[in-house]
Amino acid sequence: MLGGILAFVAVGFTLTIGMLNFLNFTIPALFMLAAMTMWALGTTGSHPFAAGLPWLAAAALGVAVAVAASLLIERFTYRFMKTKYGDATEHALPLVSSLGFLLIFEHLVLTLWGSEPQRVELPLAQADLRIGGLIVGVPQLASLVLAFALVAALSALLSRTRLGRALRAIAENPDAATLMGIEVNRIVPVVFILTGVLSALAGILYAASYRTVSPFIGDDVAADAIAGMVLGGLGNVWGAIVGGLLVGMVKVLAISWFGAEIEKIPVWGLLLLLLVVKPTGLFGHARIGKGKF
Amino acid sequence: MSGYLSGVLAQLAINIVIAYSVFLPAAAGLLNLGAAGFVLVGGYTAGGLTSRLNVPLLAAIPLAGLAAALIAFLVSFPILRTRGVYMVLATFAFAEIVGGILLNIPALGGAAGLSVSAYAGLPLVFTVTALVVALVAWLLATRFGLAMRAVHDDENVALLFGTNLRLTQVLAFTAGGALGGIGGALLVHQFNFIDVQTTGVMFSIFVLLYVLMGGTQTAWGPIAGALFFTLVPEGLRRAAELSPSLKFLESSRYIVFGAAVVLVMMWRPEGLITRTLVERCYGLLRRNG
Repeated sequence: MLGGILAFVAVGFTLTIGMLNFLNFTIPALFMLAAMTMWALGTTGSHPFAAGLPWLAAAALGVAVAVAASLLIERFTYRFMKTKYGDATEHALPLVSSLGFLLIFEHLVLTLWGSEPQRVELPLAQADLRIGGLIVGVPQLASLVLAFALVAALSALLSRTRLGRALRAIAENPDAATLMGIEVNRIVPVVFILTGVLSALAGILYAASYRTVSPFIGDDVAADAIAGMVLGGLGNVWGAIVGGLLVGMVKVLAISWFGAEIEKIPVWGLLLLLLVVKPTGLFGHARIGKGKF
Repeated sequence: MSGYLSGVLAQLAINIVIAYSVFLPAAAGLLNLGAAGFVLVGGYTAGGLTSRLNVPLLAAIPLAGLAAALIAFLVSFPILRTRGVYMVLATFAFAEIVGGILLNIPALGGAAGLSVSAYAGLPLVFTVTALVVALVAWLLATRFGLAMRAVHDDENVALLFGTNLRLTQVLAFTAGGALGGIGGALLVHQFNFIDVQTTGVMFSIFVLLYVLMGGTQTAWGPIAGALFFTLVPEGLRRAAELSPSLKFLESSRYIVFGAAVVLVMMWRPEGLITRTLVERCYGLLRRNG
């Protein structure tokens, strides 16, 4: 049931790649930042910012912190390259800077709250639903439903609204979009806000289902989510959902059939095999993600 | 020379070799996020040869390079079918699979890792590194180097001018794989140990990071990147040890380092060392000399 969370993160990745041709490595940092902020604010103890807030408030603040961080990242990676050096996608720079930010945030959290995994006890996490013979945890189910709802909303936003049209124009060609009177610097942050919200929600759902958080929870989840995104095809939000769910399923099945030792081979083997057969993923757009990087 | 200093220097030299393994494909326009894969192949080949078959170290290092080159050659064909971000992730998938397979070979230590007794001291590591640097500098000066640059700048135009695109890319990828294997062989014999964890997800990312940060236009770039990535964190750590007023750096040095990465990229978006910079330096030398 990891699939729902992976789908979330994969949608975040695919959004920045599809819109901005930018592989955003700060997503694991945002994921972790939201989960850790929620833990810190929602518990009482001797750690900094221990406020003992109700969980819902703590989670909302976690999302807010992640969105703020995401906007900061936009200012120093994408926007900077864009305004100063023309088409940033010619350089691999946003990639390098976003890794710099990943280091900054992970170690910021590390110095603030230490590296030990912390326990998170959410009231909902205990609840299980029994459907037939299946036992489904409420957080897992919630993450799945939420993922579908959010992506449906996202698709509607992209295809129906004025903002969505502006975003698609930027995805097509940022310079032409500017000439058509779209203020790229005011629209692009929207992508980063969406990425922040998606990663933060995924982080919170992760904390709710696994009941632990640590400064490095984002890394492995992000790697799997990237695999999911590529499986589904870059730039396609529904593809990311399918890919994320698929990776989650393959992982769980592989672990239960062959044991944890071997969990990486099926996921990455499947990915490599698929790319050999179909170099654009399952539902990838022929144009996205193939430009110079 | 203190053990600490020689340890840092050996790490730096090995990082330079591994950086060149990513630089060669990058110079031909191929981003390789699978450095760990080739390092693991080379490391386990060399380690297996010296510890299990008693092959001398000097023979094991080139053999490790050959093994990694062979693997790189074979995987380059499927991987070159993909482009852009897909290619970055295909190489990454390759590295993960290599790690996953090695984890399940009990004869090579499995999850516990592989310990070897043969030791590659600083002189050997430095000699190999110097040879690698010379080799890459020579490669870039040949017609093949020119072809790589042309392919990097514009594949279509290079093709129009009669460059063999596929051959150039396959060779660049294979040569990069060989260097990764040599780097892995040095790594395992410098630390007398290798396991799949030492070259985890972050390893490949970091290698690509310091190559891009150093700059992919000239052979100086990877050296600059490896220097920055090895020495800045170490330097910050030393500063925290030596001066009490910088004590805060001890725990937060990676925050400072991450900020340095972001700032350097803002200041020099094409990498620390660019072609223009090198040519300007040559110009200055000529005017003065």
